[in-house]
Amino acid sequence: MSGQTDYSEKVMDHFHHPRNVGKIENPDGVGTVGNPVCGDVMKLYIKVADDRIADARFQTFGCGAAIATSSMVTELAKGKTLDEAIAISNKEVASALDGLPPAKMHCSMLGEEALKAAIDDYRKKQGSAAGKSEEAGGREG
Amino acid sequence: MKTIYLDHNATTPLRAEVLAAMTEIYENISGNPSSVHFLGRTARKRLEAGRERVAEAVGARPEEIVFTGGGTEADNLAVQGIAYAYRSKGDHIITSAIEHPAVLAACRFLEKEGFSVTYLPVSREGLVDPGELEEAIRPATILISVMTANNETGVIQPITEIGRIARDRKIPFHTDAIQGLGKIPLSVEEMGVDLMSLSGHKVYGPQGVGALYIRKGVRVRPLTYGGHHERGKRPGTENLAGIVGFGAACRLAVENLESESDRLRLLRDQLCSGISERIPRVKLNGAPGLRLPNTVNLSFEYVEGEGILLGLEEQGIAAATGSACTSGELAPSHVLSAMGVEAALAQGSVRFSLGRENTLEDILFTVDALVPVVKRLREMSPFFEPEPAESQGDKR
Repeated sequence: MSGQTDYSEKVMDHFHHPRNVGKIENPDGVGTVGNPVCGDVMKLYIKVADDRIADARFQTFGCGAAIATSSMVTELAKGKTLDEAIAISNKEVASALDGLPPAKMHCSMLGEEALKAAIDDYRKKQGSAAGKSEEAGGREG
Repeated sequence: MKTIYLDHNATTPLRAEVLAAMTEIYENISGNPSSVHFLGRTARKRLEAGRERVAEAVGARPEEIVFTGGGTEADNLAVQGIAYAYRSKGDHIITSAIEHPAVLAACRFLEKEGFSVTYLPVSREGLVDPGELEEAIRPATILISVMTANNETGVIQPITEIGRIARDRKIPFHTDAIQGLGKIPLSVEEMGVDLMSLSGHKVYGPQGVGALYIRKGVRVRPLTYGGHHERGKRPGTENLAGIVGFGAACRLAVENLESESDRLRLLRDQLCSGISERIPRVKLNGAPGLRLPNTVNLSFEYVEGEGILLGLEEQGIAAATGSACTSGELAPSHVLSAMGVEAALAQGSVRFSLGRENTLEDILFTVDALVPVVKRLREMSPFFEPEPAESQGDKR
């Protein structure tokens, strides 16, 4: 029961006022990453239009950094083309939050991975003839 | 903003009386307690008065108290000290899976040194089973170490029973009583312990001072070498002001123990019932009837503990969590895991540990603050499915 978290103001802002919280009904792609054993599970939903991320929303079980990361990665992804979005790195997410404590960098990995998983899910669905795909999850731990 | 401190198992604010006793030493006592001259003798007198007060608090004799640099050192001196002193008799140690890291890490170190260690499991309620402990005893067992009360859950262990077993089998028995001091009565005789770790800053005394009770006749190899101080068990010029402060804190803690325990138990139960009435899906971690009066550990389903702490912090409230996210480790609390609490629930655990300054107003404020924090985090959680309004779930 020890340790500490020295979060930037931006992290705290995104923790207290997260953007894009919730589900998307009939999403075009869903990515779920993480594992409750490790403390974070991130579920990211996307809506795609004209090869761009028209909407992105999330549900996250996790610490302050995990929630802030989820919020930031959805913000960064919105409006981007799929190729641009899939290139978003965890470092980008972390620096957009004015940095994360070293012990929390893995949370930004989750953000990157959740977005990639959602895009992969979308592309898989596109590939396997519209609507046939059952697995909406991806890489659940 | 008012601060509401609900993390007294981590540390406690220094009492004014303790600070005054320490200041008096810093201002007026300049001698080294080991010096033969009059200044040294004056310092020695004060040192021994501090020792008497600490000894009194646990029913020990002053010469059985060795001062250390804190609780962790006391635990290490006990565990390593016994292991090496009795190595010719055997190499087996029994402890529990829920000990403080000071004991667990010392045991893991000793495993590397060739000792073998049994880590006893605990029940779902967080209790060590004395029967299981007895079965774990081997001819080579040279130490039993079981904590008096757990820091995370507050669960009080059956120390007297274990003490009886240890005595029958003539095995040195150590208990880390750091969380028990000032919260429940402690007596080295009644508990049947041979070594007991204590710490100053958990009882409104200073940080950086602890003590190990070592029963007369029990041998301990020191961790460091250098001088005759503390009968050679802990060489180094004594932390006189710290020891005097520790002594003063012990006396105060024992004086008010019963009334303060009753008061805290009532507040703690009000906190717990207030939360349970207003927040569904909350689980109590630890045996309900066998806990320190000031401690409650709750798991809030569907959410992670650090988020709760950050939300409470906004309102000036300080508490603790067993979540991995705050410890810099990957796994959640070893204590809750040993109790079989599933990972997600352990991640969502919050420990509230009350103390002297807390009032009913603080508790009511905390409940009010907690309700929206948990609600908001749950609405964000992928695991949370809102329940029909009718059933409030199995709350506790």
